[in-house]
Amino acid sequence: MSLTSAHSVVAPSANSKLVAGTIIVAYALISIVPLLWIFATSFKTPPDSIAYPPKIVFQPSIEGYCNLFTTRTRQTPEYINSLGPATGFCDETVRKRNMVIAGPSNFLPRFVNSLIIAFGSTFCAVFLGTLSAYGFSRFKVPLADDLLFFILSTRFMPPIAVAIPIYLMYRELGLSDTALGMILLYTAVNVSLAVWLLKGFIDEIPREYEEAAMIDGYTRLQAFWRTVLPQATTGIAATAIFCLIFAWNEYAFAALLTSGSAQTAPPFIPTIIGEGGQDWPAVAAGTTIFLVPILVFTILLRKQLLRGITFGAVRK
Amino acid sequence: MLNRTADNVARATPEPLARRVRGISDKGLAWLFISPTILLLLAINIFPLFWAIYLSFTNFRANRPNEVVKNLGLANYKRILTDQDIWIAMQTTAHFVFWTILLQTVIGFTLAWLIDRKFRGHAFWTTIILVPMMLSPAVVGNFWRFLYEPQIGLFSYVISFVTGIPPTNVQMLSNVDLAPWSIIIVDTWMWTPYVMLICLAGLRSIPEYIYEAAEVDRASNWRQFWSITLPMALPFIMLAVLFRGIENFKMFDMVNLLTGGGPGSTTEVASITLKRQAFESWRTGYSSAFAIILFVAVFGLANIYVKALNKVKQR
Repeated sequence: MSLTSAHSVVAPSANSKLVAGTIIVAYALISIVPLLWIFATSFKTPPDSIAYPPKIVFQPSIEGYCNLFTTRTRQTPEYINSLGPATGFCDETVRKRNMVIAGPSNFLPRFVNSLIIAFGSTFCAVFLGTLSAYGFSRFKVPLADDLLFFILSTRFMPPIAVAIPIYLMYRELGLSDTALGMILLYTAVNVSLAVWLLKGFIDEIPREYEEAAMIDGYTRLQAFWRTVLPQATTGIAATAIFCLIFAWNEYAFAALLTSGSAQTAPPFIPTIIGEGGQDWPAVAAGTTIFLVPILVFTILLRKQLLRGITFGAVRK
Repeated sequence: MLNRTADNVARATPEPLARRVRGISDKGLAWLFISPTILLLLAINIFPLFWAIYLSFTNFRANRPNEVVKNLGLANYKRILTDQDIWIAMQTTAHFVFWTILLQTVIGFTLAWLIDRKFRGHAFWTTIILVPMMLSPAVVGNFWRFLYEPQIGLFSYVISFVTGIPPTNVQMLSNVDLAPWSIIIVDTWMWTPYVMLICLAGLRSIPEYIYEAAEVDRASNWRQFWSITLPMALPFIMLAVLFRGIENFKMFDMVNLLTGGGPGSTTEVASITLKRQAFESWRTGYSSAFAIILFVAVFGLANIYVKALNKVKQR
């Protein structure tokens, strides 16, 4: 049979491609349903979100987003009627439920905390990681393998186990519930990933470039700055995105070590409650806003994904 | 641009410092570059670890910092190793780790093997499949609580629709028998793509000429799979199992939000027990000892596993 085929003898047949394609598409569609459901729920009204049977077709509403960004109090109809005309859509929607907007919710500050802590720790981890990776890649460091293993081994610790002494240490140093404390902690966790990934990327840059630069009279530092860094840009960018995603998604440390002013979005979102239980449209709205940046990054990163998730062990 | 910046930096550096930087030996530079990272890890990881080791020998309680700390010797460790609850938590963890790894490896490898047929559009669908693993386990785990709600939850609805069980009876999170499976399902949903991606790299690393040679020898597809595909992808599968094993042994966020260890303690994996002991009962000394035991266990298992992995790689 293979004699009649114009392709390689081992190329999969059209039939097996069809079967494989069908199964993969089916799996992809099923696995994406929970995410589509989050997105859909964020545009439902609270009654629609808890309807039985679950509503697939519904009148879209941004009430969930309104509830996410505001706190509301229940008022008498007389009081609501005595107010002036509603200012904006959220105000109007809330009044229909016999409530008035009391003020902004904590979501925005928590979201900003997430941004500050994720970007701050990513910057520090990538900065330290680039220097160390270059050091390990280019110089004969005594006990290099042991040091690299030590750097990686810090990742084996269960976060709760680390959190116990960190909690006590931060209490002594006044770092509890501060952005600085969280940035330091996430930097320490991410730097192991950054060193391992960046060492792989820098190993791939030929030494000859720097050697040529140094023959031209550059110092080692200038050669590093002018030849290695520009070549490593892609690797540094990919590493930065991985660090960013980790810090953005992290929950255990954030839940145990922050409570108020430095709390990030992951421990906050599950605490969004409405009257009589969790306000699912608002939770879904918060989740949607929180997930969108990661979706964008995943698509940007897809070529480097494998390398990132295996600490550079698999490069392809 | 970068060149100019470098020049400016070089020019702006005061002469004595510049002489010192220029004169710095490679060895000095290496340490200059590496030591900040090492110092940070010593301060944030190693110092706390030693503090935890010290605390593990005491009866210290973080909510009573002014009380006199007594040295207990190995008493905490003895109590943990004989504590019935701790062993139940370890069994729960083992159950969780075993089933998640088994399901993720089987499904993940199958998906990778199918994607490797390179049908049209496979790159696009692969990216779609990869999305769940990039998301925050806490935030997504929290949302699964909604999907698992009896009656109104989508998951429960689909289950009752397919099986005919009354929708109020599908109680994934509050049923003692189902709760352990509810966390396995979410973890498998999230992390199967991870195993799939690594397996895919393994399958793609197999050179085509080996299959061509097998074809010439008229080896059946079945035979080719068992004597070429699987053995050659095995180091990759083992790598995926290693990473998933470590991560799931430490599992905290998703389970904490989904079940919080409940109902009762049916889904109380090791990290949840640790959190309850350390941050709810405030038995800091006792929980430090448990943390050290967990750390040694992960570290030991990972070491053994890496050795086995290297052996497989060398073959």
